[in-house]
Amino acid sequence: MAYKMLDGNGAAVEAIKMAKVQVVSAYPITPQSTIAEKLSELVASGELKAEYVRVESEHTALSVATAAQLAGVRAATATASQGLALMHEVVGMTSGCRVPIVMPVVNRGLAAPWTLWADHGDSMAERDMGWMQFFCQNVQEVYDLTVMAYRVAEDENVLTPAMVCLDGFFLSHSMQKIDIPEQKLVDEFIGPYVAKNSYLDTEDPMFICNLTGSDEFTEMRYQQKTAFDNSIEVIEKVQKEFEEKFGRKLDIVEGYKTEDADVVLVALGSMCGTAKYVVNKLREQGKKVGLAKVTVFRPFPFKQLEDILSEKKVIGVFDRSAGLGGQGGPLWSETCAALKKCDSDIRHFVGGLGGRDVTIVTIEKIFNELLEIKEGKRETHTEWIDVKENAMDIRQVEKNA
Amino acid sequence: MHDIKHVSKGLMPHGMSACAGCGLELLIRKVMDVLGEDTIIIIPPGCAASFSGYGKETSIKIPGYQGNLENTAASAVGVRAALNAKGNTHTTVVGFAGDGGTVDIGIQALSGAMERRDKILYICYDNEAYMNTGIQASSSTPYMASTTTTPAGKPTGRKDLMQIAIAHDIPYAATASIYNLTDLKKKVQKAKDTDGPSLLHVHTPCPTGWRYAPAKTVEIARAAVQTGCWVLYEYENGEVTINYKPKELAPLEDYIKLQGRLRG
Repeated sequence: MAYKMLDGNGAAVEAIKMAKVQVVSAYPITPQSTIAEKLSELVASGELKAEYVRVESEHTALSVATAAQLAGVRAATATASQGLALMHEVVGMTSGCRVPIVMPVVNRGLAAPWTLWADHGDSMAERDMGWMQFFCQNVQEVYDLTVMAYRVAEDENVLTPAMVCLDGFFLSHSMQKIDIPEQKLVDEFIGPYVAKNSYLDTEDPMFICNLTGSDEFTEMRYQQKTAFDNSIEVIEKVQKEFEEKFGRKLDIVEGYKTEDADVVLVALGSMCGTAKYVVNKLREQGKKVGLAKVTVFRPFPFKQLEDILSEKKVIGVFDRSAGLGGQGGPLWSETCAALKKCDSDIRHFVGGLGGRDVTIVTIEKIFNELLEIKEGKRETHTEWIDVKENAMDIRQVEKNA
Repeated sequence: MHDIKHVSKGLMPHGMSACAGCGLELLIRKVMDVLGEDTIIIIPPGCAASFSGYGKETSIKIPGYQGNLENTAASAVGVRAALNAKGNTHTTVVGFAGDGGTVDIGIQALSGAMERRDKILYICYDNEAYMNTGIQASSSTPYMASTTTTPAGKPTGRKDLMQIAIAHDIPYAATASIYNLTDLKKKVQKAKDTDGPSLLHVHTPCPTGWRYAPAKTVEIARAAVQTGCWVLYEYENGEVTINYKPKELAPLEDYIKLQGRLRG
């Protein structure tokens, strides 16, 4: 065991290196670029014995990784934002061919307008593409969830790729002290890669991903759905083993001071650290508030959320993506579906888009609104919690009077 | 785990779901004869995907993967990288794509592979349009050819794939035609043995899309070369060699008049 100062991208690289991937294909994009750079350094220095393919796009990055893993080795790539959007077509190939790649996604909003900074719009656009999605609160979790992801993704009852989602800059470029276990323990935990079910091997030829008729397509999707059903149990098992081996507890959903809470906020990603601070602060003022931190977004942990939230009368859900055209964002919609049997008032909040910091003030404002709703002092809430008052005036072409 | 329905001599079965007179079918048989069992093939959606198979059936006896339309070269590179990582340098990795999947939507991934000198064999079978989707023009469709998206004839000439490969200075690139199988097989062997990316651009006439009688495929392929509409040449270690020079070019009409797509 050793402590290291690493940023989120560095932690992702450390986990990928310790998983002993044999092929790396990566294309740089802000804020993921240092992952592509550091992996190339490790390969160049010989510290990571892998083939590094300096690809010309993210579409190729995931195509190379997917085909490489079909040919029997653990392969790595990583991306963000527009890069993930460009990968979209291949994202479905990876999951549909049941190739258990683990891919860090450094969350950044999608254009237009151009942004370089964090929100979850990129990951949310891929949420139904058959990949698991794990959201990290801090740099330690980037490492831990990446290591965990290999075990879960490669489990023969899962065989489903995983995105490890870390907020751009807030995590990717934030230096934190993290605990890195010995390589031997990681070897024992992850084990060597063995391709299962689909593989390209001249000794045992098969043709992968040919045209499939309506007589079998549904069944192959059902196999993927079943893999997601299985994955929750596998995640629980792997997290238990992880805790025994590395001494850190991981959750599917972490209920932070939720047991006696009057109101609870549901959230994803780095903002959960701030939210926990605000929970502590408000509790000092006698306000009973709590946080449900959703670490695993796909498979969506509806049962775990129901266990934590079913008795809560007022719940807030914070989406760091706009959910355009929907009644609410994706985390809110899923939470409502999870609590459909409950008599809860579930309020939707949108914020933190395009890198806007989700501040202590923002989260305090949410909790206070939720408390006032609970106490019957107000009916409405501020859905777009951090939008400026002049939103409709900016960037408007002035019309002649 | 396999249920072999038909025992055939080569790596392709006697019967396949190609159109009657398909030039591509002849090509894949000869390519497989040369490459042999120690080969992994990448085929995108397109005419060649009929060899990938349907449902639990496939026409190919070697391992294969049907990727996306634009990532044939990238998928081949991924397989190559994995084999290299495992210390396997003997297995051939071949990308087998049509003109649309190569010169249009797949050109970026192919360019990347050629620039990086990834050791893949890339074969473009050129039937001069998107035949599998119903004869729409590609950038390899020749000047004035009628397709379902250029009904009045294509107003521009074709993109020159060989010149693109040559611009990347890859170790081996060649054109070939299904009318000259000796030349074709020799080039497949050379491309297989090349240390680095190699590219074959093969003319495969298409009776369905070019509108001629299926029995005339080889005759048309020959006419293309005799008239100078398709030139057989190689680019090898920086030098161009013309493989076949007719003493006198046959009149253009010999090639054009046989095809419905080029009649006014």
